Amino acid sequence: MKFDTPAGQNPIDQGRVIGIPHDRIDGAAKVTGTAPYAYERHDAAPNAAYGWIVGSAIAKGRIAAMDLRAAEASPGVLGIVTHANAGKLTKGSMNTAHLLGGPQIEHYEQALALVVADTFENARAAAALVRIDYAPEDGKFDLAAERLNGVIPPQGFGGPADTKAGDFDGAFASAAVKLEQTYTTPDQSHAMMEPHASIAAWNGDKLTLWTSNQMIAWGVGDMAKTLGIPKENVRLVSPYIGGGFGSKLFLRADALLAALGARQVGRPVKVAIARPQIPNNTTHRPATIQRIRIGADKDGVIDAIAHEVWSGDLPGGGPETAAQQTRLLYRGDNRLTAHRLVTLNLPEGNAMRAPGEAVGLLALEVAMDELAEACGVDPVELRIRNDVQYDPEAGPQRPFSSRKLVECLRAGADRFGWSKRNPRPGQVRDGRWLVGMGMASAFRNNLTEKSGARIGVDGQGRVIVETDMTDIGTGSYTIIAQTAAEMLGVDLDQVTVRLGDSRFPVSSGSGGQWGANSSTAGVYAAAMALRAKLAEKAGYPADQAQFDDGLVRLGNQSQPLAALAGGQGLWAEDSMEYGDLDKRYAQATFGAHFCEVGVDMDTAEVRVRRMGGAFAAGRILNPKSARSQVIGAMTMGVGAALMEALDVDTRFGFFVNHDMAEYQVPVHADIPDQDVLFIEELDDKSSPMKAKGVGELGICGAGAAVANAIYNATGIRLRDYPLTLDKLLKAQAA
Amino acid sequence: MTADHVTRRGLMQGGGALLAAAPLASQAQAQAATTASVSKGAPMTPVELTVNGREVHLQLDPRTSLLDALREHLKLTGTKKGCDHGQCGACTVIVEGRRINSCLTLAVMHDGEDVTTIEGLGTPEALHPMQKAFIVHDGYQCGYCTPGQICSAVSVLEEIKAGIPSHVTEDLDKVTFSAAEVRERMSGNICRCAAYSNIVAAIGDVAGEAEA
Amino acid sequence: MKPFTYERATSVEAAARAAASVQGARFIAGGTNLLDLMKLQIETPTHLVDVNRLGLDRIEKTEEGGLRIGALVRNTDLAADATVRRDYAVLSRALVAGASGQLRNKATTAGNLLQRTRCPYFYDTRMPCNKRKPGSGCGAMKGVSRSLAILGVSDACIAQHPSDMAVAMRLLDAQVDTVDATGARRAIPIADFHLLPGDTPHKETVLKAGEIITSVTLPGPIGGTHVYRKVRDRASYAFALVSVAAIFGKDGTARFAFGGIGAKPWRTAEGDAAAAQGAQAVAEATLAGARTTHDNDFKRPLVEKTLASLYRQQEARA
Repeated sequence: MKFDTPAGQNPIDQGRVIGIPHDRIDGAAKVTGTAPYAYERHDAAPNAAYGWIVGSAIAKGRIAAMDLRAAEASPGVLGIVTHANAGKLTKGSMNTAHLLGGPQIEHYEQALALVVADTFENARAAAALVRIDYAPEDGKFDLAAERLNGVIPPQGFGGPADTKAGDFDGAFASAAVKLEQTYTTPDQSHAMMEPHASIAAWNGDKLTLWTSNQMIAWGVGDMAKTLGIPKENVRLVSPYIGGGFGSKLFLRADALLAALGARQVGRPVKVAIARPQIPNNTTHRPATIQRIRIGADKDGVIDAIAHEVWSGDLPGGGPETAAQQTRLLYRGDNRLTAHRLVTLNLPEGNAMRAPGEAVGLLALEVAMDELAEACGVDPVELRIRNDVQYDPEAGPQRPFSSRKLVECLRAGADRFGWSKRNPRPGQVRDGRWLVGMGMASAFRNNLTEKSGARIGVDGQGRVIVETDMTDIGTGSYTIIAQTAAEMLGVDLDQVTVRLGDSRFPVSSGSGGQWGANSSTAGVYAAAMALRAKLAEKAGYPADQAQFDDGLVRLGNQSQPLAALAGGQGLWAEDSMEYGDLDKRYAQATFGAHFCEVGVDMDTAEVRVRRMGGAFAAGRILNPKSARSQVIGAMTMGVGAALMEALDVDTRFGFFVNHDMAEYQVPVHADIPDQDVLFIEELDDKSSPMKAKGVGELGICGAGAAVANAIYNATGIRLRDYPLTLDKLLKAQAA
Repeated sequence: MTADHVTRRGLMQGGGALLAAAPLASQAQAQAATTASVSKGAPMTPVELTVNGREVHLQLDPRTSLLDALREHLKLTGTKKGCDHGQCGACTVIVEGRRINSCLTLAVMHDGEDVTTIEGLGTPEALHPMQKAFIVHDGYQCGYCTPGQICSAVSVLEEIKAGIPSHVTEDLDKVTFSAAEVRERMSGNICRCAAYSNIVAAIGDVAGEAEA
Repeated sequence: MKPFTYERATSVEAAARAAASVQGARFIAGGTNLLDLMKLQIETPTHLVDVNRLGLDRIEKTEEGGLRIGALVRNTDLAADATVRRDYAVLSRALVAGASGQLRNKATTAGNLLQRTRCPYFYDTRMPCNKRKPGSGCGAMKGVSRSLAILGVSDACIAQHPSDMAVAMRLLDAQVDTVDATGARRAIPIADFHLLPGDTPHKETVLKAGEIITSVTLPGPIGGTHVYRKVRDRASYAFALVSVAAIFGKDGTARFAFGGIGAKPWRTAEGDAAAAQGAQAVAEATLAGARTTHDNDFKRPLVEKTLASLYRQQEARA
């Protein structure tokens, strides 16, 4: 099915099941511990041996010598995989560094060996006996020091590296109010709760991999490419994923090494990347340096805006596209964005929840707060004044498909009690706490991806959906079941959803907040095909048949789905593809974050007291799970603002705080009640679901709202994230 | 309502049946599993545990953590390994009535002791009130920290009842239920999906019912 | 984790003997720190002597009016003990400021005193660290050192002592009671229990091989207002950047002990003597000889600010 004209009325609009805050259908499995995650498939691979990864102790150089004798002689060892015995491996198209290093070493903790043993304890102990002599080489690890060596990166997911409209320099020079500031954000770690984990089993030349992966088809493709085997010989199974946030978009070392280990020892092998290895072995969100210049009139109306971003990655890697939102969020005839990429020999940088916007807004929305103060305009009002209903680079001929930023700002401000904010910073005290309020706009691009599904009705009238879509906590199981129930006129408990298996039709997968809208649109396409088949069997014209109560109806006549499906069942498969509506219309999601913080008047500890926001993201398919996505993302925004940073040792070239004790993410005590309001919106140019993504919107701007609240509380403006008490104390003393 | 993880080929004969079965794989299965993984070289130590009300006898490498004894030997995979270093709380189980991190203790240290895991609290057919409340309040997303959160939550209510103070208790002699107490006491259970406020709501519900 | 043999001791004396007779033996109690380090092969004991069932888990009054706390009393039980809450509230407060509920249910009184540093270079076995591998150098001094110590440090080591409980114990003048393999008993004042790094940062306490802590004894209660203030980035489940344990007397006297800033739980006579002159004076006296890095020099003002906060609270109470 192709979606190339705006959606009209369709069965989803009934809103009988879709749009209802149903409990998750996978809830009982999750709360009882019976949902099986990758490392736990004793059922599927009962005889699995255990693999333990040996990571590089240097950031750059070569293996001079490797001595495996002690490890091989260690109790229970079945085999050791290294570059020397792994056979020819071709780097996956989504990988920047090789998943198995050697003899060349590209980054610290790059996997150099997998030790396979009969037990977990034996594998871990033997891995420590692998002796590696290194020939280290000098590397580059300091983004700030390398900044001037940045080059124009190739175009990737985030669009062109440079964009321009009008005459920025001229307009900025003549602006009544000028703002120019530089902001920095650190490297961040996904820190999902389930480590990267896989079990691999070979049956002849066919590989089955039970793994934890957001993008099944990408995983199949890169596994096949890396091993040099046909895609048909690779099966990935990933029904439950203990968090991803971008860390599990790609084939990673656990999966490849499990496959290589299983091939070598002739039995299934399971591998989890140990927690202290994860930050340096896998991907992370790259640090940025961001320069923002805004020229406005005295009322804060923007005439010129520029956002330039520097980030680093390994050779062949990509930039952190932090200027993305600045192309679309605010008005201004004269504008430019630019991304420059620096070569660094740190571990691989890549996508983490809302790549681009999540850190871009940490800069832009603080800049807007600074502009509001410079102009003496309320921050909410400033954003309303700079709203624009079309793509400001392209002009009015490219309107937004839907854009309710102003509605979000107004409703959010009202609900939060923004009018009670004292605009003069440092004025409000509550005991030992200096109290401040801050806000920020939320913006995240809406992406749609081709997505397929298979849907059937069995002889009992049960509806079954199969797609390789994944549920990484996003609620995919439930919204897909809701979509199928809505389309075929059955109750939610009549639907079975099977996900995360490469034997099922290829879906959009989970990433870039495209998953919910795209995957349900794929189910919509398959369901339309099945409706046609059922109607045909019933002898009704497909465009007049009604589906409800487990029946297909035409006027007064009706036939049960179960009878039409018969003993064989009836199946249909289709996918949803997209035309050029995303070219003709700018598509994005919007929101407004509000936050109240307390800053200890002595120690400068920052604690979030209240948080709330309003969001417009098209049709909300399940308000319960969507709200959870938003509050979870808001919390990650709090982490980014207050504590999250991978600390770089620029001598050794690694992230020093590489575990969950030292890389701190928010805990229960950091997070107060959070309020989420969804603004009603249907986006008929996004998909037949009229939905847009919402899983990443919540992080976009959340941290800036915290930063702005800190300023309002203290009068101290920090521009170097995270905004920790040492920086506040230093600024206070200066 | 089901979210079916079993593939069509593997239909319920395989993992589904085992995972959906009784809280604990039978003793015979447990022993067979252990024998299968006995390795040359490591001296085995006998360990007897009562897990979710059933006695199990294991022969373990003394290095085996309680967590790995549960997950790899008893196949009770409801208890999760998030960090294996006491930094996340996903492995929380209740031993001799108290919640602990099962990753930072050796199984042999618990010989003769009583262990309750998430599987022992309730099953999909017979949910514990806390499990039910987590579903109603969407107190999870990816589900990986969830068993640990629930084991902790059940224990937290006991700890408050027992008058054990916390970091946010104002008067050390007056320990009472509050959202702030729950947040502080649950802080050893990290949820990166950050269902935190939903979890607090779920615990509040159960606490309220217990009082009523 | 390297292979080890395991035994459950049947008596304190037997435990001490077992530990003394096997090269590389260690006691294991709660295990929350030891197993963490064993998994990374930072600790590599050859033999573990499990001391969990020796009956060392009682809290009892001493004849002198103090409190004898069994070495195996869990952090949770110590914090919740009625006498501790009433007479040694700073100890309760320090305990519940540490770790998490799960860890406190397992961690013991003696184990907490022996807790090792959280220095990230100590934790990565590929990095130089004089504490972990004597003579290998210090990775932290010119590296990432935000959390590390500024007092009692040496050219060899700037690791911080991470405990909260031990800070309160230091404030309360606790004494550490031990017995060794010969049956000889010692009572070690807590001030002397921990060693400063000097040239030998791998030596952290005065305990000899096989010497086992049996209890920690507190002197009689001294009254006053007990407070423990822990400053950290995240609101819970994090180690201190700076922590202050304090007891304010009615007569304007006070005593202070500090966590997060010292190579060991930190307390000075000079700091206590400056109590009447206020936060700034106490901070100056305490911080004499402090040595900071670019990353952790904020701890200097933070100590004073934290003290100021406590003084202000104390004034509000009075």
